[in-house]
Amino acid sequence: MSFIPGQPVTAVVQRIEIRKLRQGEHLILGFSIGGGIDQDPGQNPFSEDKSDKGIYVTRVTPEGPAEVAGLMMGDKVMQVNGWDMTMVTHDQARKRLTKKNEDVVRLLVTRKSLEQAVRHSMM
Amino acid sequence: MRWELKFSICDGAHRFLLVVNRFPDSLYLVGSSPCPLASKIDSFRSKVDLLKLPLALSTKSISERKSQLGGARERGTGGGGARKPCPPTRDMDNESQYSGYSYKSSHSRSSRKHRDRRDRHRSKSRDGSSRGDKSVTIQAPGEPLLDAESTRGDDRDDNWGETTTVVTGTSEHSVSNEDLTRVSKELEESSPLECKRFLGPVLGGCLGLFALFTPLAFLVLPQLLWREALEPCGTPCEGLYVSLAFKLLVLLISSWALFLRPPRATLPRFFIFRCLLMVLVFLFVASYWLFYGVRVLEPRERDYRGIVEYAASLVDALLFIQYLALVLLEVRHLQPAFCLKVVRTTDGASRFYNVGHLSIQRAAVWVLDQYYRDFPVYNPALLNLPKSILSKKMSGFKVYSLDENSTNNTNSQSRAMIAAAARRRDNSHSEYYYEEAELDRRCRKRKARLVVAVEEAFTHIKRLQDDDPTASSPKHPREVMDPREAAQAIFAPMARAMQKYLRTTRQQPYHSMESILTHLQFCITHNMTPKAFLERYLSPGPTLQYQRENGRGRHWTLVSEEPVTSALRQGLVFSLRRLDFSLVVTVQPLPFLRIGEEFIDPKSHKFVMRLQSETSV
Repeated sequence: MSFIPGQPVTAVVQRIEIRKLRQGEHLILGFSIGGGIDQDPGQNPFSEDKSDKGIYVTRVTPEGPAEVAGLMMGDKVMQVNGWDMTMVTHDQARKRLTKKNEDVVRLLVTRKSLEQAVRHSMM
Repeated sequence: MRWELKFSICDGAHRFLLVVNRFPDSLYLVGSSPCPLASKIDSFRSKVDLLKLPLALSTKSISERKSQLGGARERGTGGGGARKPCPPTRDMDNESQYSGYSYKSSHSRSSRKHRDRRDRHRSKSRDGSSRGDKSVTIQAPGEPLLDAESTRGDDRDDNWGETTTVVTGTSEHSVSNEDLTRVSKELEESSPLECKRFLGPVLGGCLGLFALFTPLAFLVLPQLLWREALEPCGTPCEGLYVSLAFKLLVLLISSWALFLRPPRATLPRFFIFRCLLMVLVFLFVASYWLFYGVRVLEPRERDYRGIVEYAASLVDALLFIQYLALVLLEVRHLQPAFCLKVVRTTDGASRFYNVGHLSIQRAAVWVLDQYYRDFPVYNPALLNLPKSILSKKMSGFKVYSLDENSTNNTNSQSRAMIAAAARRRDNSHSEYYYEEAELDRRCRKRKARLVVAVEEAFTHIKRLQDDDPTASSPKHPREVMDPREAAQAIFAPMARAMQKYLRTTRQQPYHSMESILTHLQFCITHNMTPKAFLERYLSPGPTLQYQRENGRGRHWTLVSEEPVTSALRQGLVFSLRRLDFSLVVTVQPLPFLRIGEEFIDPKSHKFVMRLQSETSV
């Protein structure tokens, strides 16, 4: 998950499709995000590299649409519906996830265990 | 039939009396005489010869004409605008009349007095004139654009004493009350002040000279009287002579620099420190003379060196007294200790000043110095609420009490009246608001016209450069003017706009046509822009700007509950009174400041990003 500036980022990702749940007049996804290029990366408890300014999942509400879809705490969100999430501000990330005219968000997330799993399977 | 009377007074050598009228009867009075200083118009008019009397007038008596002239003169000066200096011919009839509503709008006391007379004249002239027409004619220079209210007010009396038109409320052969008060005021201000002002410095000067010549006398007297018996003294004496000479020189120069200044104020009581110092110097020198007389002159002391040392010690002591004087008179009051709040009673203009330790009278002088610089000039015409509002407020209930034992009844009745008046719904505040807005709008409109007129006028002239006379002379011989003539040339187009603007802002008593011309000449000479020329008229300047140079001085009365030589302290209140307003001064000590220290390491300026925010989606 570390990146070298100037080189393309390579990661093992998992595709997660979350259906938004309508609660009153809000469409909720059921998790919380943290991070962004305008935030302090040193405070992120989930990142390996403390200079990583990506968007991380900090909390997943139990029995919410995100947990049902397989999202786990500590995941780094790489893409939302095709939009990049590695170099966005916190507010831009929130907006991308909470678009009112979209019912489904398709995320590409990555976590450390994915890489280990791939390595194990290759060995 | 309207008469307009113009005359210029005392602008040098000649005085013209020019009467212009509008209608078939015309009376031309042109007289010129050397200008007597501060003479009354009444006496002057009796000397004027009637040079030309057209036919129609010969039937009317001269005194009737004169009375009409008197009335017209008051009105004429009130309505004085710029008028052309062309000979008063019949074609004046074709010119339109100066608009008449300016008479109605003036609020002055004396103009109200003459209003009925004006109305009488105005009704006669109504056939020929229409109210809305405007006229532009230029007065001869030196003529004041004055209202009848110019004779009011102490300051303006001083200014206008020699050059005003005298507006009397009575017939032309008597001296009115206003003249009497003005004359008495001039008299009382002139003579006593001259003597009293210079008494103190003269005394001090004599004492100083006495003290300065004393050491020289000490040295010279033994030489004169018993030269043969003196012991010769060698080099120590030479040294003492030189040091004595230089110390005396230093004393002389520093006395000149510090103390020999014309006093700027006369105080009601003695200036304590100055008196103290003069007494000290006198006692000191007198005691030295005493000892000298007893020890040196009588026994004919032969030790000349001792005498020289004696004189040197006197000079040393004088130097120290001068040091004491410097500290007491000049230095002690420099460090600020009190804050004075000065409020003018008539319009509430207020300022705050920091002063040091002074006595009340010295503080008063200091405050007045700042007053003349800082406070905008007091304009009594600006104080009144518009008449429409005031009259409405004043027309309350009238209560007549006819009983004998009506003492407590009147109290209750007056209270009832006040309560009833308060309960009655009055809209005077909204009237006041709209009146203010209207006045503001009118003022701004006139100001805009004035600014445009002045800008245009200034484009008519330009400074003649040295290098282009050859280019201009063969084709168009341009007339080269000096600043005064240039000012007169461009004054004409802006005169009316200026006049109207000054009327609207009630400033016309302060600016006569002569003063406007002088200012214009000054601005042209110094290459000022129209805006610089106008800054004097667009905002009321400090009072000092409107004072004339005369040696009489301003008379202020210091009103105080404490003796005026006591020092300032907290909570003291005194006031400085003038004839029609006063300044109230309140003393407050400056707060004691406790200043602490905090050291910041320059390396300690560090910054971090904010905490991560978490958003739930």
